[in-house]
Amino acid sequence: MTETAATLIEKPRSQWRDVWIQFRTHGGALAGMVVFLTLIAFVTVGPLVWTVDPSYVNPDAARMIMTRNKPPSLDWPLGTDQLGRDMLARMMAGGRVSIAVGLVAMSIAIVLGTTVGVLAGLFKRLDGPLMRLTDLVLALPLLPLLLVMVFLFRDALGRALGSETGTFVLIVSAIGATSWMQAARIVRGEVLALKEREFVLAARSIGTPPRRMILRHILPNVISPVMVAATLGIASAIITESALSFLGLGFPPDFPTWGRLLFEGVDYMQLYPERVLWPGLAISLTVLSVNYIGDGLRDALDPRIRGR
Amino acid sequence: MRDATGSAEPPLVRVRDLKMFFPVHTGVLRRHTGDVKAVDGVSFDIMEGETLGLVGESGCGKSTVGRALLRLCEITGGSVTIGGVDVATLSPAELRKARPLMQMVFQDPQASLNPRMTVAAIIGEPLDEHTTLSRDEKLARIYELMDAVGLNRRFASHYPHEFSGGQRQRIGIARALALNPKFIVCDEPIAALDVSIQAQVVNLLEDLQDRLGLTYLFISHDLSMVRHIADRVAVMYLGQIAELSPREALYAEPLHPYAKALLSAVPEPDPDREATRKRIILKGDVPSPANPPKGCNFCTRCPEAQERCHSTAPRLSEVAPGRFVACHRVTESAGATGATMANEHNQMGENE
Repeated sequence: MTETAATLIEKPRSQWRDVWIQFRTHGGALAGMVVFLTLIAFVTVGPLVWTVDPSYVNPDAARMIMTRNKPPSLDWPLGTDQLGRDMLARMMAGGRVSIAVGLVAMSIAIVLGTTVGVLAGLFKRLDGPLMRLTDLVLALPLLPLLLVMVFLFRDALGRALGSETGTFVLIVSAIGATSWMQAARIVRGEVLALKEREFVLAARSIGTPPRRMILRHILPNVISPVMVAATLGIASAIITESALSFLGLGFPPDFPTWGRLLFEGVDYMQLYPERVLWPGLAISLTVLSVNYIGDGLRDALDPRIRGR
Repeated sequence: MRDATGSAEPPLVRVRDLKMFFPVHTGVLRRHTGDVKAVDGVSFDIMEGETLGLVGESGCGKSTVGRALLRLCEITGGSVTIGGVDVATLSPAELRKARPLMQMVFQDPQASLNPRMTVAAIIGEPLDEHTTLSRDEKLARIYELMDAVGLNRRFASHYPHEFSGGQRQRIGIARALALNPKFIVCDEPIAALDVSIQAQVVNLLEDLQDRLGLTYLFISHDLSMVRHIADRVAVMYLGQIAELSPREALYAEPLHPYAKALLSAVPEPDPDREATRKRIILKGDVPSPANPPKGCNFCTRCPEAQERCHSTAPRLSEVAPGRFVACHRVTESAGATGATMANEHNQMGENE
């Protein structure tokens, strides 16, 4: 066996290929990915195909009343709402905002929570202050806090970034800033256990600086609980956004989101159950598919499970 | 005799009066009310190329000594000099630069390897931190190390959980060797392994020592394994060294009462001799290191304790060439020549 031949054959292969191979074997994750990609396509490509204005209300009052609360038909595949607006178009427009809010708010919460958790777990001096801060935010009633935040910053942000972008930034940062505590606590607990493990000691004896210690040894090992917290976080972010919109503090009333569609539909639930069905189904599918993707990703990232 | 007092060459590792206390906080105000004296005034030298065995029962501070030597925990007092560098007082940046000189092999090969890194990444980590090798050079070095510890190169992209205990320990050893260290602390490297694998790993360690001229501090509670690998053996009890002797002398005739008791517990493979083996059974428990007894720290369990042992603590002094014992009875009977040599050694210890 020559040296070069051996090197060529045995070059350590890329870890990400292994991750992908394992991910493919997880049926639920693959199905979740298909569903999630379909939903993304529905809200991004959909409006290009179904070019109906989601906020179009027929100016002719008589015709508007004629087209109110229609059941699904060829003209309106998902029916119409109480103002005769097309539900399919509203679902597409609303989904874009809801999915974006869910993903971005969750990312903010996870990044914030993981940072706080890792710092508190690793550095004893920061542990007390950071965890008391976490307890403090946990103890605050969140909805009033969100209301105050929206009330204080909406106009300023709206002026700076434009009404819709301003509201979007405000809502995702408000939701992100109020939902990182669970992740912080979970991560801190994991880090406290991890830093006593011998491989962390081994890394210290090698002389690995704290920054790379976190990136190389701590974070990859806390990924499982973070992944679970993240997938659940998307669902709660979408719901919180709808609660805010419902209270009139989220997006403007004529601006559709899945949460708002759901709340509007609740009033008519007994007469037109499909009106809550569509947004409810969409939110559930998003949450479920993201959950399954997270599950599959968590398994795929764990070399101990990957081997099986 | 291989010790600083006798040879002109300075020792690679010189430990003087090493103290490692862990503070105890009690009460509502978490006031500092005492210390757990895990290591309390330990001094020894290790010559280049030598293996010093460090034995003792659980909780006597063996591992803490090992960790303090590499400054994995901040020491309370004393000095540790490795290769002329005072490790105890280095700043974090200087310490990082000194790390390649000294490495450690850990007890639990399962816990000491990051489960999410491949073997190549684990062995390559020290190279990433301390060298500027290119990717291919690094890979070549990793393969070289895997060959050196007897791991198949094909396993480079496997994960630790896919290996047996012995193989994992080989990975740990390869990682410790990556930077060509001079001094390796082996912290019970065989305690978590099967007996058949223990021999393999110990032979590997010996083999590497011969080839690379390594110096070991071999921490273990397995007396027969220490007898096999060590040149000199230090017996620890309750944070202090009870006896430090060359291997043959210690195993033939232990001087300190604790060393006698400890060695009498080693089973004898020969049934005839096993039948006549006299076990010295110590009574009572090890005192708490947070509250060690007054005088000699072994006096509460020593079968030969006298009044003096309960009042003054004995110093580790040379009672025979190369043999250091911390016991009043042994020092007394050793006579005048031993005493002068002991003084020399003690003063040396105090000066530093």
